[in-house]
Amino acid sequence: MSEHERPDRQPGDSPPAGEVVAELDELCVWFPTPAGVVRAVDGVSLRVRRGETLGLVGESGSGKSTTGLALLRLVDPTSGTVRVAGQEVTGWSRRRLRALRRRVAMVFQDPQASLDPRLTVGSSIAEPLIVHRLTGGTAARRRRVEELLDMVGLRRDLADRHPHELSGGQRQRVGIARALAGEPDLIVLDEPIASLDLSVQAQIMNLLRGLQRDLRLTYVFIAHDLAAVEHMSDRMAVMYLGRIVESGTPAQVWRQPAHPYTAALLSAIPVADPQVERQRRRIILSGDIPSPVDPPTGCRFRTRCPQARPECAATDPVLAEVAAGHRAACLFAGDAVRAMRAS
Amino acid sequence: MSDAAVLAVTDLTVTIGTRRGPARAVAGVDWSVRAGETLALVGESGSGKSMSVLAATGLAPRAARVTGQVRLLGTDFTASSPDRRRRMRGRHVGFVFQDPMTSLNPVLTVGRQVAEAGEEHLGLTRRAARARAVELLDLVGIPSAAQRVDAYPHQFSGGMRQRVVIAMALACEPDLLIADEPTTALDVTTQAQIVELVADLQRRLGTAVVWITHDLGVVAGIADTVAVMYAGRILEQGPVDAVFGQPAHPYTTALLAARPDPAAGGGDLVTIAGAPPSPLALPAGCAFWPRCPVRGDARCEHELPPLRPVSTRHHVRTFYPQHADGRAGHE
Amino acid sequence: MSEQTVGRSEGSLRRALSALRHDPLALTGSAVLVLLVVVGVAGSWLAPYGVNDVDVDRMLQPPSGAHPFGTDELGRDVLSRVMVAARVSLQVGLVSVGIALVVGVTLGLFAGYYRGWLDNVLMRCMDVLFAFPVLLLAVAIVAVLGPGLLTAMIAIGVVYTPIFARVTRAGVLSVREQVFVRAAVSIGASDLRIMRRHVLPNIAAPLIVQTSLSLAFAILSEAALSFLGLGVQPPAPAWGRMLFDGRGFVTDAWWLGVFPGAAIFLTVLAFNLVGDALRDVLDPRQLTVNEARRSTG
Repeated sequence: MSEHERPDRQPGDSPPAGEVVAELDELCVWFPTPAGVVRAVDGVSLRVRRGETLGLVGESGSGKSTTGLALLRLVDPTSGTVRVAGQEVTGWSRRRLRALRRRVAMVFQDPQASLDPRLTVGSSIAEPLIVHRLTGGTAARRRRVEELLDMVGLRRDLADRHPHELSGGQRQRVGIARALAGEPDLIVLDEPIASLDLSVQAQIMNLLRGLQRDLRLTYVFIAHDLAAVEHMSDRMAVMYLGRIVESGTPAQVWRQPAHPYTAALLSAIPVADPQVERQRRRIILSGDIPSPVDPPTGCRFRTRCPQARPECAATDPVLAEVAAGHRAACLFAGDAVRAMRAS
Repeated sequence: MSDAAVLAVTDLTVTIGTRRGPARAVAGVDWSVRAGETLALVGESGSGKSMSVLAATGLAPRAARVTGQVRLLGTDFTASSPDRRRRMRGRHVGFVFQDPMTSLNPVLTVGRQVAEAGEEHLGLTRRAARARAVELLDLVGIPSAAQRVDAYPHQFSGGMRQRVVIAMALACEPDLLIADEPTTALDVTTQAQIVELVADLQRRLGTAVVWITHDLGVVAGIADTVAVMYAGRILEQGPVDAVFGQPAHPYTTALLAARPDPAAGGGDLVTIAGAPPSPLALPAGCAFWPRCPVRGDARCEHELPPLRPVSTRHHVRTFYPQHADGRAGHE
Repeated sequence: MSEQTVGRSEGSLRRALSALRHDPLALTGSAVLVLLVVVGVAGSWLAPYGVNDVDVDRMLQPPSGAHPFGTDELGRDVLSRVMVAARVSLQVGLVSVGIALVVGVTLGLFAGYYRGWLDNVLMRCMDVLFAFPVLLLAVAIVAVLGPGLLTAMIAIGVVYTPIFARVTRAGVLSVREQVFVRAAVSIGASDLRIMRRHVLPNIAAPLIVQTSLSLAFAILSEAALSFLGLGVQPPAPAWGRMLFDGRGFVTDAWWLGVFPGAAIFLTVLAFNLVGDALRDVLDPRQLTVNEARRSTG
């Protein structure tokens, strides 16, 4: 464990830079359904270090949201471990978990649905303060709520409004203020911009980055939007059917994708330039993502992979390093992508 | 195919009565689409892009008051009787909406639903309509269509359902396909499949397409002409290369810059401060003025800029058109 | 940052009340209820005669200026007795529905929130209670506890508990799936806090409607129990009992049955009108229909 080496720790200060805030080890989350056991997350390991943003990208059914929920223990792991700030929280009781949820906060996709319509904005933001008894009286709480509203760029008088009186962007700012209230070690952002308008998406992304700079926040940024994840993250992981298929820095993943799925995903993203669009060659994947009840043997992507070979059905590829800090779970990492792009 | 417009709207205005007064959802919009051509209507939520199309095809909500002129295949659509409008719409216009699940009836097989339009509007027998349904499902790329024709919507994935909806829309060989955010609910790899499918069908069938979307990337890939809408009005309109290559309106410029661009590195994104105005209280002048990075002057605040040409077929509604290098033209 | 707000504040309750003001049926119902409450509270002072002033010289007199509702077989003033009995009806209604509300909502809340075995056990018990005809169950309970006002209230309360439990549970089942409940869990709120602060306020609307409708049925049930001699004991006046006592005189003295009967009818009708109107304005789906109707019309 090398993360405790950093000497720049101040007495009484938060833990030192680079320390692992949260860690998943071989996490599996399976849900029993009438159709069979859904393997939503099936062997995911990752680490989030203080002050960084880890991006999780994937399409629906990739398990990225379930992975985020597991960090707050909002879902029960079937196997594997969840560690937060060095403590294993996998088997914690309901009561202890409530304390965990002060250290790990969450921002949800739909800001309208994630705010109680009957509570004022101020009450929603103050709820973590009340639940965890963080501020003394009503006046102190009110001051803290105003401070949080300032931080997320909302007027203080909005504290007395109800969610339906706000715009989508304002509501998401309220969601972010609520997540900040308990000064968490980690904030899980689950598709925080997906239901917002384009110009508002940029506002929220800038706000999140600004807050991270000022408060040294740690994020797990979950999205299906590869360009947004690339923009927001220090490191990112691409998920497919409950597994991480590629991880690395955004530059590595974006410029030299090593997994055929990442390459296909990249090529599917439309670019706002008609000339580029006309010239580019798209890798159109055939078919749909297979059922997580009965994932393919061997490599999970092989049923849709344009470069699948017989070996792929027999061997389940592990995440292996293709360059420093860049990993891919493909038997033919790199070569397959080059072949796809050439054909 | 003739060069005439399949659908043309002139000075279309939609006012919706609400409890808090009349809301002007669409305020004097002109656009047209020709056979084989794709018009993209782009804008954020509340810009009036969907409402203008619903009103043009006679599907506006009952609370809406629609004025202006709509010509469908040369016929004055607005002056036609409701019954004739319904028949024309059924026969000549196909619709694909955002959510493929709610567009399909969960208790009918997909084959029945695709066949229905053929029976209703083309007078096909049940047997012929079923054969046609198989043909259409095959056309939109549903594997083993002959078997899948008897399956129910829940047995399909999201992308496959949207293919079924497209098959329904194509059942009467429409002259016009209206696609209202058809890929927004889909994953990006599925979106690529659907975009490809519609483009391919359009090439083969010569259909005119009106594609409503907020995604500028999709527009760049599919559109021939673009209309950028904001607060019920068209702010910029023209061939896709002109609008994307030389955006002349500050709003278009800002929208294009608001997307994270991995090639540009990770600085802060260009944002448009604030939010669009309420349709209940549109400003007298330019609706974008309060948020405009150029900001202009008192004229912008009080006087509505006209839609003026900046080059052939490229029109913009601003007193201060951006330069050809508009993308970098403001800070 | 100057994002402008989208709408003006208008609480849903205030909106509901303003909608009620435009509904003539609801207004009528509310007026009757106000009258009922006034009479129920101040009936014994307002009544022109004492309820048990026996005057054998004036027995079975038809309605007149001195006795607008006539007199009964003991010469007691029927108007005074109907007025004073309003208090009993109101009291039985409020107390029994109060019991049903508190017990039913608590059971429904826990059953719906925790699901699983707790839900199964509680709701099967409710199903058993629900399976009995209302009056039969009330009679059985009174038979065990002995007749009287208190036992009538308890019996009626027990009878109406399952409906509150069901309405609550149904509401909880849909609210607990909402993202804002998950958000509350995600910030570490306790189950009790989530139920009290997030779930209950969001299912208040159907409960208010159910309360109003149940008050009507509770008053009806009390009348039925009193009619059967299982509720309020004579000589205290109760509408149901007066109806029972008047049945022997239907052909000779119609006023003995008609006026208490009319009081029951009007009260039940008023609660139903108000309950239906509340349902219309508080149910969100109904709300949009109403708004659409208003904006098109």
